[in-house]
Amino acid sequence: MRVDHNLEAGSGISVAPVFASDNPVASAIIQVEDLGKQVVSPEGPLIVLDAIGFSIAKGESVAVVGASGSGKSTLLGLLAGLDTPTHGRVWLAGVDLNRLDEDGRALLRAQRVGFVFQSFQLLTGLTALENVMLPLELARQADARQQALELLERVGLQARARHYPSQLSGGEQQRVAIARAFAGNPDVLFADEPTGNLDQKTGHRIIELLFTLNREQGATLVLVTHDQELAAYCDRMLELDDGRLRESSAQPSSGA
Amino acid sequence: MGGCVNHQRSHRAEREVMAKTAAGVSAGTGSVSWRAVGRMALRALGRDWQSGELRVLAAALLIAVASVAAVGFFTDRIQQAMERKASELLGADLVVAASNPIQPALADAALQQGLQTAGTLSFRSVVLAGDVTQLTEVKAVSAGYPLRGALQVSDQPFGPPRTVDTIPSPGQVWLDERLLQVLGLQAGGMVNLGARAFRVEHVLAYEPDRAGDLFSIAPRLLMNLADIPSTGLVQAGSRVAYRLLLAGEPAALEGFKTWARTRLVAGEKLEGVRDARVELRSALDRAQRFLNLAALVSVILAGVGVAIAARRFAARHWDSVAILRCVGATEALIVRLFVLELLMLAMLAGAAGLLTGYLAQYGLSGVLGSLVSRTELPAPSLWPVLPALAAGFVTLLGFGLPPLLRLREVPPLRVLRRDLGPVNPRLLALYGPAVAATLALLIWQAGEWRLALYVCAGVAGTVAVLSLAAWGLVKALNLLRGQVGIAWRFGMANIARRGSGSAVQVVALGLGLMALLMLTLVRTDLLTSWRASLPADAPNHFLINVQTSEVTQVQTFLRERGLHDVELFPMVRGRLTAINGRNVGPEDYQNPRAQRLVAREFNLSWTDTLQEDNRILAGRWWQTGDQGQGVASVETGLAEELGIVLGDTLRFQIAGQDLAAKVTSLRSVEWDSFRANFFVVFPSGVLDAYPATWITSFHLPIDRKPVMAELVRHFPSITVLDVEALMTKVREIMDRVISAVEYVFLFTLAAGLVVLYAAIQATQDERRFESAVLRTLGAQRAVVRQSLLAEFATLGLLAGVLAAAAATVLSYGLATQVFDFPYRWNSWIWLLGGGAGMLGVGLAGLLGARSALAQPPWRALREL
Repeated sequence: MRVDHNLEAGSGISVAPVFASDNPVASAIIQVEDLGKQVVSPEGPLIVLDAIGFSIAKGESVAVVGASGSGKSTLLGLLAGLDTPTHGRVWLAGVDLNRLDEDGRALLRAQRVGFVFQSFQLLTGLTALENVMLPLELARQADARQQALELLERVGLQARARHYPSQLSGGEQQRVAIARAFAGNPDVLFADEPTGNLDQKTGHRIIELLFTLNREQGATLVLVTHDQELAAYCDRMLELDDGRLRESSAQPSSGA
Repeated sequence: MGGCVNHQRSHRAEREVMAKTAAGVSAGTGSVSWRAVGRMALRALGRDWQSGELRVLAAALLIAVASVAAVGFFTDRIQQAMERKASELLGADLVVAASNPIQPALADAALQQGLQTAGTLSFRSVVLAGDVTQLTEVKAVSAGYPLRGALQVSDQPFGPPRTVDTIPSPGQVWLDERLLQVLGLQAGGMVNLGARAFRVEHVLAYEPDRAGDLFSIAPRLLMNLADIPSTGLVQAGSRVAYRLLLAGEPAALEGFKTWARTRLVAGEKLEGVRDARVELRSALDRAQRFLNLAALVSVILAGVGVAIAARRFAARHWDSVAILRCVGATEALIVRLFVLELLMLAMLAGAAGLLTGYLAQYGLSGVLGSLVSRTELPAPSLWPVLPALAAGFVTLLGFGLPPLLRLREVPPLRVLRRDLGPVNPRLLALYGPAVAATLALLIWQAGEWRLALYVCAGVAGTVAVLSLAAWGLVKALNLLRGQVGIAWRFGMANIARRGSGSAVQVVALGLGLMALLMLTLVRTDLLTSWRASLPADAPNHFLINVQTSEVTQVQTFLRERGLHDVELFPMVRGRLTAINGRNVGPEDYQNPRAQRLVAREFNLSWTDTLQEDNRILAGRWWQTGDQGQGVASVETGLAEELGIVLGDTLRFQIAGQDLAAKVTSLRSVEWDSFRANFFVVFPSGVLDAYPATWITSFHLPIDRKPVMAELVRHFPSITVLDVEALMTKVREIMDRVISAVEYVFLFTLAAGLVVLYAAIQATQDERRFESAVLRTLGAQRAVVRQSLLAEFATLGLLAGVLAAAAATVLSYGLATQVFDFPYRWNSWIWLLGGGAGMLGVGLAGLLGARSALAQPPWRALREL
């Protein structure tokens, strides 16, 4: 439905055919096959990820865990189409990312994906409101301002709408980032160590907010963290060890 | 901006530094030894260099020092060469002039100090050829004359001249064209001078040091100094001008000057190149102003470039400083660390800059040197090293240090709260000392406070006005935000949101663009105006001593030979005797020139139409009814010299009669235009009754020279002055100066480009980060590119238009106040400023972001 809206708005890029689902597992929102990433380091070629394969069902919440340098963030970048793999394939919302160019992936992100980062990644020159409006404007939604104000209200920051990031605390900044992530009702939300820069108490509140909103929106959540406690909030855990996936373990949701 | 430093990486690096220098921290006091800080600074220098942060700063500094050094070295050589060239018009580098025989001790001392010497002696005497007599300016010279420049002779009057390196042999004389015409002689004829007969060896075509007395009425005879006693003409009490010509190395000349100053007796004085002819003096003055201006603009641009680069450098160190503070570094340690790092950079980049400047100067003088001098340019002195290094240190420490010093204010809490930075200080407190130091440097470089002050006032005013205008425009953009498409909206919104940051960037871009505009359009305008002051068809021949009865015939004669509209001016000799009824004499004036002016008669004229090159500066030109009235128009220089103001009544004594006239206007005159001009002009009907001769000047193409020989046959009493050779000299000097100036401006141009680059680079990290975030959120590259283009193009347009305005005001001031050229309004500057700003800055901004756009956003985000 959002795709239609966008095509009407005339994005000018014909992505509609590739957006048609060619996903081998129809129920999966994310499907990964034999994914690998190799980078060239000063010490020679370095395998960051190797032979990764899994699928994530719609509405599922999955934690990607592992030690520092195990390849968690790299995997997240590949899943979101922010980086390109050395080999293997990723289907995101039914679309093979390899078949899209950089701009096609951007368009897909604009329509289907939201992000929360460890270091918030808010634009310092924009107010809280303008930061939340950003993805809506990029998806050319007409009532961006109204939607953004509603989202800010949901994260409890309506009074801070005109503040700049530098005038907000870390927790408040992350709440703005969460509001931005949910702007435009994404199908998938990627979160990269969302509490990494926050104290424990604030971190807890952020996590609760994140999971509450996620449940309300019915979005799929992919959470990268090294925090086992945080990972326990999720339906499932994918554990990375030196670029390889360990047995993925399903576990019952412990609730928020 | 917070997100632009790779947190982890810099943390790690700093921790390492702290761990390694832990040994240098003496427990208890917490102070760190200088050696330890030095090692830390050195490592920091290496690390910052590796991570590329310091390279921009170093480049700005290197180009600053290099351009000032290159300007300095080259200017130094050009000036030396030009002074030598100018020496030609003096025939020497230095002259001792006297009204009595010069003490032989002076020449001996000069020889001992390694200088070349030659003597000349000149006086007026009557020359006879048969029964024709002529009052002649006789000049006797010794071997070696002239020490600078060369004599030219020809075999017949107005024949092709050739350069010779000899002087008249004993018993022989060289006569100029006028004297031969008057005496009706050819080369080989005989003349009598005093008690002696001489053979005419050559026609004297050009005499380098003759320029000084172009309008002397008497023609020239050149002879050998050894023949003087045999003429019996020079006796005690004769009016004779003695000159000792000196030439040699600058140091030896300086040494001689110092030595001689205390030993000169009354009537002896030293004349340098600067006392030579007025046309040349004004050419040299202008050249030095141009060159100084180029150097000054380089210095200012360097400061701006360093200021911008240093701000960025400092901002990128907030994180690592927070870490250092966290692990226990004191504020003092932070300051010492960065001051040392900066000093090390200054030394390295300064040395590299000097070398670059020296090489650049050397290579380019090889290409351009021949334009300035036929022989090798004199070697540059070491003197320019000082201003270059001073400029480097002042700009680096003055503009680079303040933002770095503020690093000590970075709160350690930034480790947790990355949004915390130093408090924004007042701009004046931050850069005040640097601006003061730059001003001092400018005055030193300019060697002339007026020029330095104009440039400084210009720059300060420009910065103030630019800041205000930029701020206003940035705010106004906010209103436009809703009116344009998404990409433009992002771009313009960005400018408006950044507010003061955008205004600073507009000012920096504006300064850079202003420099470029000044150096392209305005420079061309100024140089063209200068060249136009002596056009190719400037008069090259003067006719003097035309009798009133001959005026119409001469005009007809010239018209028949294709010389139309030649205007003849009447000339009446008169002496100023009173101003406002009060008698004036030489004793009323301190200034020797003023004393001379009132002591002697000078030329008065009358005309009803104002001459082309004259401008009324005060009062009004004749009105109907002024004809025949006692009113006069006075040249402004004369008025100043003699203290005459508008409305004064002057009394002249002309042919024994008194004439009173009221000053109704003051005129400016272009004395270097080679046109006949007069100090005091009356309307027609006032001087008609007095005996007058007429004068005119016109341009005669070089292939029409025989016309002059014909004219002399028709009108034997008219004197023809051929100033073509002199004009060629002046024009050649002018052309060479222009080449030198254009060359020197190339470096200033480079400095301007560095400022532009630094200004665009200044926000590059921020924009790379923003692009990555935007793309992560789903913006297609075209949208990001368009918004970047929109932002930079708008910044460029604002900066360009402001730069055009500033350049116009500044060049108006320069043209009218400093260079004394009529200012020509240039409308292209607006188009070029706005267009070049928009396109150039827009494309440069886009190019700068290219690498960030080319890589996947994830990598861009993680690398920043």
